[in-house]
Amino acid sequence: MKTTYREAVREAIREAMHRDERVFLMGEDVGRYGGCYAVSKGLLEEFGPERIRDTPLAESGFTGAGIGAALGGMRPIVEIMTVNFSFLALDQIVNNAATLLHMSGGAFNVPLVIRMATGGGRQVAAQHSRSLEGWYAHIPGLRIVAPATLDDARGMLWSALEDPDPVILFEHVLLYNMEGELPEQAGPVSIEGAAVRREGTDVSLITFGIGVFKALEAAEVLAEEGVSAEVLDLRSLRPLDDRAILETVRKTHRAVIIDEGWRSGGISAEISARITEGAFYDLDAPPARVCGVEVPTPYPEHLERAALPQVPDIVEAARGLLSGGEGDVA
Amino acid sequence: MTFPPSPPLPDPSHAHSLLRSMLLVRRFEEKCAELYTEQKIRGFLHLYIGEEAVATGSIAALERRDSVVATYREHGQALARGVPATTVMAEMFGKQEGCARGRGGSMHLFDAETRFYGGNAIVAGGLPLAVGLALAAHMQGEDRVTACYFGDGAMAEGEFHESMNLAALWNLPVLFCCENNLYAMGTALEVAQAETDLALRATSYGMPAWPVDGMDVLAVEHATRRAVQSVRAGGGPHFLEFRTYRFRPHSMFDPELYRSRDEVAEWKKRDPIVLLANRMREAGILDDAGMDALEAEVAEEVDNSVRFAEEGSWEPVEELTRFVHSDPEVAE
Repeated sequence: MKTTYREAVREAIREAMHRDERVFLMGEDVGRYGGCYAVSKGLLEEFGPERIRDTPLAESGFTGAGIGAALGGMRPIVEIMTVNFSFLALDQIVNNAATLLHMSGGAFNVPLVIRMATGGGRQVAAQHSRSLEGWYAHIPGLRIVAPATLDDARGMLWSALEDPDPVILFEHVLLYNMEGELPEQAGPVSIEGAAVRREGTDVSLITFGIGVFKALEAAEVLAEEGVSAEVLDLRSLRPLDDRAILETVRKTHRAVIIDEGWRSGGISAEISARITEGAFYDLDAPPARVCGVEVPTPYPEHLERAALPQVPDIVEAARGLLSGGEGDVA
Repeated sequence: MTFPPSPPLPDPSHAHSLLRSMLLVRRFEEKCAELYTEQKIRGFLHLYIGEEAVATGSIAALERRDSVVATYREHGQALARGVPATTVMAEMFGKQEGCARGRGGSMHLFDAETRFYGGNAIVAGGLPLAVGLALAAHMQGEDRVTACYFGDGAMAEGEFHESMNLAALWNLPVLFCCENNLYAMGTALEVAQAETDLALRATSYGMPAWPVDGMDVLAVEHATRRAVQSVRAGGGPHFLEFRTYRFRPHSMFDPELYRSRDEVAEWKKRDPIVLLANRMREAGILDDAGMDALEAEVAEEVDNSVRFAEEGSWEPVEELTRFVHSDPEVAE
């Protein structure tokens, strides 16, 4: 069945709404507008305004209300339009969602799912282009997942809803239009564990979200040069799949980590540290990183392109490792 | 501010139970202050002394099925709600027999049994949560009310505005209980709020709101019953501004530079426990012997709670990372 990432997410929401009457979707413009990225288009007509709930512009208020509703026995899906706006809800996400279970000694768990769009590449400037998955991955008590493929877009939501604790799904804005094939019977997939998207032997390209497709493209270029690159899609950023990360590095002995987020204190730093801690003696070269340049994402196309990891940057980093040179780019 | 005349005394047994509840909070907290100096209780300790009528009177008007969301100054709410003094005290000690296994301490009391959702130490952080609990009740077609406590300081926060708007917009069963004790930590109301008539501000969201004499437990209970009845009947959120006063410093570290001794002394003349006890004496339903008996009963409950906490155990360090995520068996 031909579909898009957007339709896969919508289908996942539809299925969840049908399967469990406690599930509802709440966020800015999810109903009458059909969702800022048209993900929830048509759902208001199908499920009504109680369960496809338009909210005012009050990220902290409605995210907190999602937490409260989860405590009260519902299974809310809170849509925060983009990660950029989620900072207004940080108090609720960090101080309540991530914390209540532990702070209450297990008395109250928060079965909440938050979806938010992330990433740059659409020329919408600094306040709409951030990739701060790594920030959220810093917080104990949260599960952070980044569906990249259609299967994951279709299948991760239900598994996230089944989790008794808060899960944040990051959907990269450039993936919504991605087309592909999905089986008619596509259903839930695990929200745990990384997946090898391309097998290789010479270098591991470790990434998530949009980075998976840039890495796959880079692997094609490298293949033409006789370099066999393995692409590891992390899928989950908290917890990280240490086993899969170390396994691919032990196999290829070289790692390039690709993240649209910034290098300093980012998730790429964490992955690099875990590789050096866990597979130092398996490495033939220091881990390399291809990250967002440390500027607020600019508006003009040429500057934005330069600010974000691109296929040639990944290729160059991999080549650097194979030639024994310094791997870091950007 | 003149309030309407205080409501008549309820039947003697209910009057006694209100008096007992307030006295328990008072004596419990006096003991906490003592234990704090002995370093049995650590961290932050925010005493409710002086404000007992608010938690006691308002929670008396709730049903078991209702929910309570409170702040970091919540010993009064927890005890009035029926969280056992034993598990509250053990929580203060950090013992695993505490109502949050000792992980929260004084500011983070939780109890699923009584639907007591904490103990939130971020000012106004509990308001969106209360809105969500009410949203769940609304969507489930249940007539549960969520009582949400917060101080006057919370009304300067953005989350206050967002929560009031959401609750009113969706006509949710929330009772907003503002404990106006005139100070946000050490910042006086008029130093922090452009409009100091807090009930008036609440009405701008389109919800019924009125001020209540927060030192008079009977007035508190009467107002709350009226509000809860309306909220439960589908009348949407209500807002009560309980005008009250904290007799003790903000926390154990507060030198109280921001208010005068005279002001404190003036408010102490309206001690909520004394006010009710005097009414009961005048009505002939309380005498010295009765008061002594009550004091003895409460003292025993407090002593018992301290004994329970002392005898409690420390959670093994091996369990440190438990409850970051739910135990597998908790998962549905």
